[in-house]
Amino acid sequence: MPRLASVNELEAYRAHLSAIRDAKRPCVTVCAGSGCTAAGAAGVLSALGKGVEKAGLKDAVDVKSTGCHGFCERGPIMIVWPEGTFYNRVAPGDARAIVASLGNGHVPVEKLLYKDPASGRAVVREEEVPFYARQRRVLFGNNGRIDPKNIDDYLTVGGYAALGKVLSSMNWEQVIDQVKRSGLRGRGGAGFPTGAKWDFCRQNPAPRYLICNADEGDPGAFMDRSLLEGNPHSVLEGMIIGAFALGVEEGYVYVRAEYPLAVEHLRMAIEQAEQYGLLGDDILGSGMRFRVQVVKGAGAFVCGEETALMRSIEGKVGEPQPRPPYPVQRGLWNRPTVINNVKTWASVPVIMNRGAEWYASIGTAKSKGTMVFSLVGKINNTGLVEVPMGITLREMIYEIGGGIPGGRKLKAIQIGGPSGGCIPASLIDLTIDYEELTKAGSMMGSGGMVVMDDSTCMVDVARYFMEFLEDESCGQCFPCRKGTQRMREILARICAGHGKEEDLKLLEDLGWVMQQTSLCALGTTAANPVLTTLRYFRDEYLAHIRDQQCPAKVCKQLIYYEIDPTLCDGCGACVKVCAGEAILGEKKMLHTIDMAKCTRCGACMEVCQPKAVLVSTGAVPCPQ
Amino acid sequence: MEEEPVEEIESLLEQFDSRRANLIAILQEIQSKYFYLPHPALERVARKLKVPLTDVYHIATFYRCFSLTPRGRHQIQVCLGTACHVRGAPRVLDRILTILKLAEAGTTADREFTVLTVRCIGCCGLAPVVRVDANTHPHLTQAKVRGLLNKYRKPERAQEETAAETTGEVDATVGVG
Ligand SMILES: Cc1cc2nc3c(=O)[nH]c(=O)nc-3n(C[C@H](O)[C@H](O)[C@H](O)COP(=O)(O)O)c2cc1C
Ligand code: SF4
Ligand code: SF4
Ligand code: FES
Ligand code: FES
Repeated sequence: MPRLASVNELEAYRAHLSAIRDAKRPCVTVCAGSGCTAAGAAGVLSALGKGVEKAGLKDAVDVKSTGCHGFCERGPIMIVWPEGTFYNRVAPGDARAIVASLGNGHVPVEKLLYKDPASGRAVVREEEVPFYARQRRVLFGNNGRIDPKNIDDYLTVGGYAALGKVLSSMNWEQVIDQVKRSGLRGRGGAGFPTGAKWDFCRQNPAPRYLICNADEGDPGAFMDRSLLEGNPHSVLEGMIIGAFALGVEEGYVYVRAEYPLAVEHLRMAIEQAEQYGLLGDDILGSGMRFRVQVVKGAGAFVCGEETALMRSIEGKVGEPQPRPPYPVQRGLWNRPTVINNVKTWASVPVIMNRGAEWYASIGTAKSKGTMVFSLVGKINNTGLVEVPMGITLREMIYEIGGGIPGGRKLKAIQIGGPSGGCIPASLIDLTIDYEELTKAGSMMGSGGMVVMDDSTCMVDVARYFMEFLEDESCGQCFPCRKGTQRMREILARICAGHGKEEDLKLLEDLGWVMQQTSLCALGTTAANPVLTTLRYFRDEYLAHIRDQQCPAKVCKQLIYYEIDPTLCDGCGACVKVCAGEAILGEKKMLHTIDMAKCTRCGACMEVCQPKAVLVSTGAVPCPQ
Repeated sequence: MEEEPVEEIESLLEQFDSRRANLIAILQEIQSKYFYLPHPALERVARKLKVPLTDVYHIATFYRCFSLTPRGRHQIQVCLGTACHVRGAPRVLDRILTILKLAEAGTTADREFTVLTVRCIGCCGLAPVVRVDANTHPHLTQAKVRGLLNKYRKPERAQEETAAETTGEVDATVGVG
């Protein structure tokens, strides 16, 4: 365990690592991210470990667990190095074949390769998989290579080199200047220029603090989680460089309690960095001192808002505070504080290593660098995607995302979480940057991207977000507390078929008031999902109101189920799942649904093999 | 009410110094130990940190991860995040509640299960997902729910339940992650 007392010792240690680590040595990295773990990665890892041992290859092959590789849909995922052979949907039973291939000139195991659905061709290397081919993984590239629990792995891929460079050749003004010139904007939602924020803070007297916001409250987003789980040192390194630039001696990471693995990996990373002399007193012999504490969030969406988050760290109720004063003036313990998102911090070492100009060369005029999205919902290739700013939605959905499953039609893309908005399929050629998204009525937010097809009801989605926000409003101010409640009630009424046309005007008026008068951004942006769906999907609202129909066949009060007599084969599968005992019929005979008893759960449709259960919208037809 | 484990709370409190900033972390420790916040424990916390008991209760009711009532042996977290919502999570939740004979999220009469709704557990790629204790179950459908619950029930109970049901259910095998 070395304690590195200078930048030279850091570089010498790195040289030592590459000397003892054989780059050609076979290494199997298995994704142990949350997605792959849920898909059974632990079993695969242990089968591989045993297989390697049994084959007597223990001294010749490394088996490692890593963080999320992004393509969670296809988990468990693994890569065999140094070739970079990409395997997906691996089962413990495949371990034998994989081990055999290692001892056998690395002929890939055919059945585990990814098959390109377009060409039907098996793809061998990760970068040839269409999901990865269009990406630019500046922050996430190392996730599939390193063991997040081992600091030496991070050092081997160039970790802490940026810190060394900063400490040995830069002063704090130069660091802030680089961040400014890179054009980096905060990845937590609002897109505020990071360099400017740091500059403002530095102008205020010490002691100052810095915070990494890893609350990730947006439902449907998990990139911060994956970065902390998969490469915690990259975030820490960014924070240490930030501490140098800002003259800060104490920093905090505020992580959701729902992310236990992220907390664990982060704590391990902090401990290792302290042992190596990269954190704590006299960092790399430079005299700089910096400590990091982990604070676990306690489950309140509003605590992602920076003033609320700081109160929560102070052990108080997480209620947002009016501003000014801004956190850079008066933040944690009333001291000047910089708060940045996980990805913002992780971008800092990249900028120091490769230079502001390089970073600024990626992206559009005003949105620089790469953006990480979680691509989820009704899309074939769900997972985490890192792309240069300025990519179009079409490239995201069709080239990277592989299109919509089941041959259905794309309807909308919800971007930016509850404060974002729904972009209709007609705007598919929109380029993704902060300004373009705002113009379309949505926003970048933290990068949640939920794809919706024609079986998603936009009124229901609006109601869903409002229910969420009503729940999560801290309740301090009237327009937000009452506005979210009223909006949710109106939307629920429309979903139930009891809406009136005046309701739409009322929703717009309520939205306007909330935007103008709420205290924090939760309240000022709460109406976005409603306003964007009203703007782009008004017809769907009107269908609910005027015709008592839900075109997507989602809203329970407006749909009914029936069984097509020509398709029903009397298997009785539906009877077994029916929650309302609403299905009549003897085995092998035609089955029918008693709509008076049906709870409209839709389970019968889920299980019916011959697809005989049909769902319709409108009034239930009278039985003959 | 169960006997309160006073000693254990004292030793737990000793791990923290008496700064107000530790309040939430202390409550989290108590919650993760007993799955709820027993009143006597809150009184001790208030005394130790020298904060009014009302403040402690304010915190305990503001944050989602705390509960003032005891929770069941198994915690079922049903994700209702956006990705899970559009892929059918509300129906999965309904089915879980129906089978457990609960009108809404909460604890079953036999304290076997507590159903909680959560907003995203960060496995959105596998939506809809349900977490039972520490295991995440991906790609749930209504038909898989009974099989999943039976995995966690005491074996006798599971049998009784299935026998008592006139309408048994297609048993789905669900991987425990
Ligand atoms: C209700 C609400 C929730 C928020 N949640 C988060 C969050 O989970 N993570 C995050 O980084 N920023 C969140 N933000 C934005 C933060 O307040 C803040 O702008 C951000 O952390 C600043 O970092 P950045 O400049 O790197 O983006 C939230 C804002 C609001 C109003
Ligand atoms: S806008 Fe809503 S969340 Fe924000 S302070 Fe007001 S009530 Fe609280
Ligand atoms: S929708 Fe549900 S309640 Fe209605 S018939 Fe089908 S299974 Fe039964
Ligand atoms: S968790 Fe394995 S690829 Fe995302
Ligand atoms: S939305 Fe359910 S896990 Fe993210």
